[in-house]
Amino acid sequence: MDIRSQVSMVFHLDKCLGCHTCSVACKNIWTDRKGAEYMWWNNVETKPGTGYPTKWEDQGIYKGGWEKVGGAISLKGAGKQKGLLNIFHNPNMPVIDDYYEPYTYQYLDLIESPAGDDQPTARPVSLITGKPIDIKMGPNWDDDLGGSPDFARNDPNLKDLSPAEQEAMFQLERMAFFYLPRICNHCLNPACVASCPSGAIYKRGEDGVVLINQNVCRAWRMCVTACPYKKTFYNWHAGKSEKCILCYPRIESGQAPACMHSCVGRIRYLGVVLYDADRIHETASVAEQDLIDHHMSMLMDPFDPAVIAAAKANGIADSTLHAAQSSPVYKFVKEWGLALPLHAEFRTLPMLFYVPPLLPVMAAVKEVSHREQEGKLSSVAKTWDDSWLYDTSTEELWGAIDQARFPLKYLANMLSAGDEARIKDPLKKLMAIRIYRRWKTVGDISQQKALDALGDAGYTPEMADAIYYLTSLAKFDDRFVIPAAHREHAIEMLEYTGDNRGNAGFGFKAGTMQRGM
Amino acid sequence: MSWLNNFLFVALPYVAVVIFCVGAVYRYRASGFQYSSLSSQFLEGRGSYLFSMLFHWGILILFIGHLVTFLFPAMTLAWHSDPVRLIIDEIVALALGLGVLIGLAGLLVRRISHPRLWVVTSRMDLMIELLLLAQIVLGLWTALGYRWGYYWFAADLSPYLWSVVKLNPQIEAVSAMPVVIQAHVVGAFIILGMIPFTRLVHFLVAPFHYLWRRQQLVMWYWDRKRVRDPGAGWTETRPGNN
Ligand code: SF4
Ligand code: SF4
Repeated sequence: MDIRSQVSMVFHLDKCLGCHTCSVACKNIWTDRKGAEYMWWNNVETKPGTGYPTKWEDQGIYKGGWEKVGGAISLKGAGKQKGLLNIFHNPNMPVIDDYYEPYTYQYLDLIESPAGDDQPTARPVSLITGKPIDIKMGPNWDDDLGGSPDFARNDPNLKDLSPAEQEAMFQLERMAFFYLPRICNHCLNPACVASCPSGAIYKRGEDGVVLINQNVCRAWRMCVTACPYKKTFYNWHAGKSEKCILCYPRIESGQAPACMHSCVGRIRYLGVVLYDADRIHETASVAEQDLIDHHMSMLMDPFDPAVIAAAKANGIADSTLHAAQSSPVYKFVKEWGLALPLHAEFRTLPMLFYVPPLLPVMAAVKEVSHREQEGKLSSVAKTWDDSWLYDTSTEELWGAIDQARFPLKYLANMLSAGDEARIKDPLKKLMAIRIYRRWKTVGDISQQKALDALGDAGYTPEMADAIYYLTSLAKFDDRFVIPAAHREHAIEMLEYTGDNRGNAGFGFKAGTMQRGM
Repeated sequence: MSWLNNFLFVALPYVAVVIFCVGAVYRYRASGFQYSSLSSQFLEGRGSYLFSMLFHWGILILFIGHLVTFLFPAMTLAWHSDPVRLIIDEIVALALGLGVLIGLAGLLVRRISHPRLWVVTSRMDLMIELLLLAQIVLGLWTALGYRWGYYWFAADLSPYLWSVVKLNPQIEAVSAMPVVIQAHVVGAFIILGMIPFTRLVHFLVAPFHYLWRRQQLVMWYWDRKRVRDPGAGWTETRPGNN
């Protein structure tokens, strides 16, 4: 047992508003620079949709992540042989147009144009060339299912759905969507690290943050291909790759990362998880249907004396162990079994977990008879001419999940490597909590029914209360349990981050960042 | 003319080597951040595939060929005593040279014809690209005009280069060579001296160590086995990788 600690995350998708505050917070701090304009270390995409960069989930195109070859795993599009042979030209790398060409507008023209018959306009100009461009795509071009059929209908997660099911999803009356906020997952088996020929990318032992050393990166661009989540980005101006740094200077000083701190929906949780590093390789190599269970079983119980002893032998501080014991992430992922990793089949063992969205899944559009409908509604309610009903009733305990207006298969493709039973489990649990709270607050459900629902989901009322608290009422310190950085052991932790006198800028001792030669 | 020959074949090589060594080390230490291949594939896409491959593989193999002939002239002569091998190698080298020419010219056209690439092109980039182009043309001219280079390189040029290495330059042979070959030699020294100040530095940091490193890299700020040991002094728990 080789116990290590990882700063890990949970995003509660039911709570995300799609407001993009997180993305903007991140952009303002880290990527508002030349060459990084197109980068969104944090982005929020509408699902169904093709995402950012376009169709990133389709590894047939981008060749990201690991694939199982026989009993072992190897990188799909990079690695020692493929990477070095393709070093002069990387055929699987996304190019700027797969993201979008960054642009701004010539706002000054609005003010400075000479008087004339027409209103002046602010023309869009490329932030790369400075020349006027026709905008073809921008960040979140398909937000809220906007854009055109080119986006949502090309979602790679629709692959196993029958044409009828797909059609049903996109009928106007049934249209549903949710948001998927994404940052780097700070994986346990990171493809980006394994693919870097220079060895510039590394995982920090103490907290598991994955970083790119800008002084060692030589722009071989293999990480851009290898990361299946497309969360390493190539800075075309600096000639270096960059990625989400989990705001480590903030974490080291006890603050939540900017995206999490600013999250309006309070969907984000961050905390320490202890894991067994001896089992990384074995776990990443198991059969696809076992991936999630093995991944979960690597996350160790922070109250287990054997785990604590092993952690101490590995130099993990008491403060970190305490943080692990009150970690909201451990609760959501292990104790309550509510959160799943995104696209486990990429085999990078991501350490960002998602509570699947219940709302669009639960309610169903049903065809009902007029009489039935009228009977349900009060006399003052409007009755419709057609016979469709947006039904959020919970008469049958679990029926609504199967008849969801979002095919389960779709969510399963995203969050449980295609296994519908696996995604049903957290949905059922979420539903149980909802029924329980309905009994408590509204009272139109019987206590027996509420407790039955909890029992079916394997919860006690105490657990249900705790889940409700952490989901809905949790304060800042409940949502972010950040371990101390212990700089008394490692003053070097911030050595390169511009805190020395005479340093300028972030991460460099010499001047500002200059493009090389 | 002897002063010119002395300058080109005695002074220039030493100056070039010194500038190359001192410049490369200095720039690496002063601004290691700038050591990058500065790839522009991201802005342009698939168009560079053929040209980039032709250029890089071609120049890599030709460079190794030159190096081997310089370092092991006797071996080269012995190997090429068989005319079949000589002819095959001659054709291979010529083909590679043509490949490099096509690749380099293609890359130049690509760079000029994509407005996006202008913003990542410096004057130095163009200068070194044109120099390389001239060097490749001279090389091809040599290959076509003065056949059986494996012989005369090994017999005449290699001893000259070795005499430079041994700090006792003997320039008779090279002074008597045709102007085209002399220009090729001088071009090589100029490019060598310019490397530290151009994007070509990326070949100095070619990632061969990738072949034998472990795939995953984990870095620790302290020695985790010792950090909780009350007996360990704090200086001992400073890790090596910082
Ligand atoms: S999400 Fe991508 S960039 Fe982040 S650690 Fe995993 S493989 Fe690396
Ligand atoms: S700030 Fe929070 S609620 Fe808003 S889009 Fe980002 S994750 Fe969703």
